[in-house]
Amino acid sequence: MAEKKKKLLQGNEACVEGALYAGCRFYAGYPITPSTEIMEGMSVRLPKLGGKFIQMEDEIGGIAAALGGSLAGLKSMTATSGPGFSLKQECIGYACLTEIPLVIVDVMRGGPSTGYPTGPSQSDIMQAKWGTHGDHPVIALTPSTVPEILTETIRAFNLAEQFRTPVMVLYDEILGHMREPVTIPNPGEFAVEDRAKPEVKPEDYYPYDDKFLIAPLAPFGSGYRFHVTGLNHKQDGFPTNDSKVIRENNLRIMRKVDINRETIWKNEEVMLDDAEVVIFTVGSTARSARFAVNELRKVGVKAGLLRPLTIWPFPDRAVAEISSRVKAIIVPELNLGQMTLEVERVAKGRCAVEGLYRVDGEPITPSQIFHEVRKYL
Amino acid sequence: MSTPVAEKKEKLSVPFDYNKYLRPNKLPHIWCPGCGHGIVLKAMLRAIDKAGLDKNNIALVSGIGCSSRTPGYVDFNTLHTLHGRALPFATGIKLAKPEMKVIVVTGDGDALAIGGNHFIHACRRNIDITVLVFTNATYGMTGGQYSPTTPLESIATTSRYGNIEPPFDTCEMAKASGATFVARGTAYHTIELEKTIHEAITHKGTSVVDIIDACPTYFGRANKFKSATQMMEEIEKDGTVNVKQAASLPPEKLAGKMLRGVLHKVERPEYCEKYETLIMEKANAKK
Amino acid sequence: MTESAAKKLPRIVVNEKLCKGCSICVDFCPTDVLEMKGSIAAVKNLEACTRCQLCDLRCPDFAIQVFD
Ligand SMILES: Cc1ncc(C[n+]2csc(CCOP(=O)(O)OP(=O)(O)O)c2C)c(N)n1
Ligand code: SF4
Ligand code: SF4
Ligand code: SF4
Ligand SMILES: [Mg+2]
Repeated sequence: MAEKKKKLLQGNEACVEGALYAGCRFYAGYPITPSTEIMEGMSVRLPKLGGKFIQMEDEIGGIAAALGGSLAGLKSMTATSGPGFSLKQECIGYACLTEIPLVIVDVMRGGPSTGYPTGPSQSDIMQAKWGTHGDHPVIALTPSTVPEILTETIRAFNLAEQFRTPVMVLYDEILGHMREPVTIPNPGEFAVEDRAKPEVKPEDYYPYDDKFLIAPLAPFGSGYRFHVTGLNHKQDGFPTNDSKVIRENNLRIMRKVDINRETIWKNEEVMLDDAEVVIFTVGSTARSARFAVNELRKVGVKAGLLRPLTIWPFPDRAVAEISSRVKAIIVPELNLGQMTLEVERVAKGRCAVEGLYRVDGEPITPSQIFHEVRKYL
Repeated sequence: MSTPVAEKKEKLSVPFDYNKYLRPNKLPHIWCPGCGHGIVLKAMLRAIDKAGLDKNNIALVSGIGCSSRTPGYVDFNTLHTLHGRALPFATGIKLAKPEMKVIVVTGDGDALAIGGNHFIHACRRNIDITVLVFTNATYGMTGGQYSPTTPLESIATTSRYGNIEPPFDTCEMAKASGATFVARGTAYHTIELEKTIHEAITHKGTSVVDIIDACPTYFGRANKFKSATQMMEEIEKDGTVNVKQAASLPPEKLAGKMLRGVLHKVERPEYCEKYETLIMEKANAKK
Repeated sequence: MTESAAKKLPRIVVNEKLCKGCSICVDFCPTDVLEMKGSIAAVKNLEACTRCQLCDLRCPDFAIQVFD
């Protein structure tokens, strides 16, 4: 076995490592703080691997070119931050309906608008889910350490390729720029998934073959000539006005993620067994929460942490289960209550749900969480 | 009715077999009676045939609009994207698979308004993509609003009192942006158009063909044209002059006319080749 | 046999399912071979056809073909 390489990496650099490990060979994007190091890293690394990198004229161009690259058969990615994420939304919906695999990294910064470019934020949680129009499936991952950015980026590519859908990786500016020791995995250490290739002859191929929940996707230029459109389409890819087909397809793209929730969900549970108050949070805020839980335990408070690494689809089962046996769920987040709304929805009044918000460009501290939890005891 | 000499010379003894390239059962197309887009589509297919391209190797990419419905009818790798975004999608395909022939079909609104930024940057990169701009001087699909090529004072549903925005000269813009092949054609001059498109798709680098065609339904009706024929005669035939003929015409005969034919053709390193020869080589040398 | 009878006439086929009746073919035929019958193009004077193909070339709808 090759010797493991340990490196001190910035979150955004770890993202590059994860993407390349997962087989990403196409990157298109537009620079924006605090995500730019990803694209800079890709511009250096991809050509060495025979991959393609292009700096586009704006974020829409970035995601559109990445979708073109993916359709041509390369695992593709784009990365951005708040304002750029807003610009990409129409293309995200396009990727959902046309079922083109793609990874979109959003290093969240303070908003709205240009907001606070160098300040951390978690205010794109809802944009990730609802940013594009129309009901559509969303998978979004929320790492909270630098090593986790690497591994969750690998997971994002695997999910995108398996489910033929865009997958987002959301983390805040603190994680994007912080440095932690990271072990670069050896080949084979993590599973790497590739999209299914058609097994039928070109004349029998349908890009949305209704024999499948997720049909194989042939790359452009491989002899499988087919049509892709953002209009509602039939299994052969051509537009349709047939209301039954439209409904079935709209439901299917939701269902492919929905019925596989169990495999997409991923939570870290810290001291939940006997917990009376549980903190639910993601990203850098979870780091403060973990610290607070330890401090609370020291003073005899039965606190726990539920930390989703998959924020979309929302971890309904874990939150429902916890809500039936704790006094309160505290939701610290760097926004004005985006995850709190979801926790309230799932908890259905079975326990108190309290948000702890911060939108001043500063992180939520362990002591803020510590004091908030104590209010419930 | 007189026929220009160039059109008369080349007689085709058999009808061209469009079915070789059309998808079965997709006709009739959605375009209105007399819409120029169908004429342009046919010229494009003849040009592709002449170039001897392999269907498996062609990606035809469009945005949104009446013109952008073209890919649905033809048997290539076809991609109907979002309004204005055909070029960046096409750029992604081309860069990922440079061996593919990538052609963009786009409307004047699609290419020059919402997609204007992508248009100039694609030209600047000189990436090997052919861009066919279907210039009908209106937004056909949304019902005839004025577009970036609507002539001054023309009537549209959003310029009921006359358009006060000067139109773009698509070719000048493409040239200034760095496209290495720039040409103009019309649906009326269909054989000349076929040749021009053929030259565009066999050119290495960004090639742009501005194709004047008619939207009888909206631009035509709003501006008191009686028929598609009248539009083709007045706008496409009388409103343009071939660049070669123009050389020998006095200025007063050229006033208000758009030039047709190949307007600009230069050699400049192509983007994907540069990527291979410069970026890839340097990146790997550094290893 | 007269000369004109010996002359092989072209075959003009209008696909009535595809013709949208724009009359472009009729208007641009240099020898006035075609006419509109209702909203479909039709042949009026086949003898005059020079096989120039202009009708086909300018038909937006793949609806008319001239065979030798
Ligand atoms: C983001 C977005 N904005 C607006 C529209 C509505 N829209 C559809 S086609 C179109 C204009 C099409 O004009 P053009 O590109 O010139 O094509 P034409 O229909 O004239 O061939 C517009 C405004 C849209 N589909 N998407
Ligand atoms: S609206 Fe205009 S551009 Fe659209 S199909 Fe009809 S004639 Fe053509
Ligand atoms: S040009 Fe074509 S569609 Fe128009 S009338 Fe003639 S055959 Fe019919
Ligand atoms: S081939 Fe020429 S002459 Fe004959 S009908 Fe067509 S346009 Fe007229
Ligand atoms: Mg238009």
